[in-house]
Amino acid sequence: MSDHLDFRPFAEPLPPTRARALPWITVMIGSVLQSVPAIATLPLFPPLGLLMLLTWRLLARFSLRPWAAAPLGLFDDLVSGQPLGSAVLLWSSCFLVIEVIEQRVRDRNFWQDWLIAAALVAGVLAAGRLFASPLTAPLAPVLALQIGVSVLCFPLAARLVARVDRRRTRGQF
Amino acid sequence: MVGSDRRTGFSRRRQAGVFLGYVLAVAGVVVGAALLILSTFNPPLFSALRMSVATATTPVASGVSGVGQAIMSVPRAIGTYFFVHSENARLKRELAASRALLTRARTINYDNRRLRALLQVRDRAEAPVLTARLVASTASSTRRFALLNAGRFHGVRPGMPVRGPDGLVGRVVETGPNAARVLLVVDPASVVPVRRTRDGLPAIVAGRGDGAVDIRSVNTTEVQFGRGDLFVTSGTGGIYPPGIPVARVVAAGRDTVLGRTVAVPDTFDFALVERAFMPLPPPPPPLAIAPPTQ
Repeated sequence: MSDHLDFRPFAEPLPPTRARALPWITVMIGSVLQSVPAIATLPLFPPLGLLMLLTWRLLARFSLRPWAAAPLGLFDDLVSGQPLGSAVLLWSSCFLVIEVIEQRVRDRNFWQDWLIAAALVAGVLAAGRLFASPLTAPLAPVLALQIGVSVLCFPLAARLVARVDRRRTRGQF
Repeated sequence: MVGSDRRTGFSRRRQAGVFLGYVLAVAGVVVGAALLILSTFNPPLFSALRMSVATATTPVASGVSGVGQAIMSVPRAIGTYFFVHSENARLKRELAASRALLTRARTINYDNRRLRALLQVRDRAEAPVLTARLVASTASSTRRFALLNAGRFHGVRPGMPVRGPDGLVGRVVETGPNAARVLLVVDPASVVPVRRTRDGLPAIVAGRGDGAVDIRSVNTTEVQFGRGDLFVTSGTGGIYPPGIPVARVVAAGRDTVLGRTVAVPDTFDFALVERAFMPLPPPPPPLAIAPPTQ
């Protein structure tokens, strides 16, 4: 982290509305990208909206309000094909779980963040599958693959969020 | 450490703000659960909301998918050059084999038309409503919905079957002004009544959600499915017109076997929307209300 090297205390900060809006916008872009412009016959695509949300929450705690998960989840439900309410419920629960973890573990490193995100993504995908599809559908292998792909995407999301967040604090948006 | 700053100090305003944040977060969970229960028991409840978002995203997705297809066509065009010779030999063999079949089919077709005319059977052959493209799909959910870039303005209505160049793709479930959501045949909630082309054996094709379909016999007797058996829509249920190819058996077996859809939705470039085979009758005209007797 070489943030302190280009620390400019007198630079004009970003207007608060825009600084608040940026995390929301990145999460919503992630949600929209889920409906990829190709016709997928397998649910293998990582839930990008959820990944962005968890990354913002874990890496830059105060960037999103505690209640932001619900409206962002509602938007995700509208584009993702899940029954409406599934992401509202699951994403809000994710925020609460992270809140509880934060009260137990004071300092976390990147690997612990990754572990938390992996567990939450796996939980959300598994629960989303239970909500959306009948139990008889043989989806376990596909779901395992999707969870694997999503977990591997977390470092990329972390890089992206770190980049956006740094530019945001510098007022470059 | 960012996470450690959770002290609120003596500021009543800050304490109240943090507390309200937590209350709202828990409220999010509760509202989410309520919405989920509502939409589980009444799936079309929020279709207007969903379709208004789709109305905004569909034009973008159409553009992007058009560009994507143009880019993808380049390696495909190059790839076809490599196996030209073997492909040519194979096609010649196929042509020779199918010539005899074609002659027989022509004879049968003629007979068929003559006999149908004798029986005075009237065929329903309806023109498709329109041709459009599937431009996006739900790639991260276990449900298999696709987005069609035509909607209510173009005459698309819920319940209309959608077919690709070679087989059934699915049916329209929700429509917006310029977009429609299509439930694909491979969706775990999709069930299509079919019959075997060889002998007319009734069966159903049910989606599995993992890209394949289950083909189940309808009558529970010991039914033997052979590898490669082709199933076409039977017209039962009134949604899908009869005779559209749906799925092919992958592995031989009894009663319930694994199948693949004939139309591979990630390769076709256009989709035909057709009228529902036997649509619901129009609602009866409102009864004339008798004037109050006073």
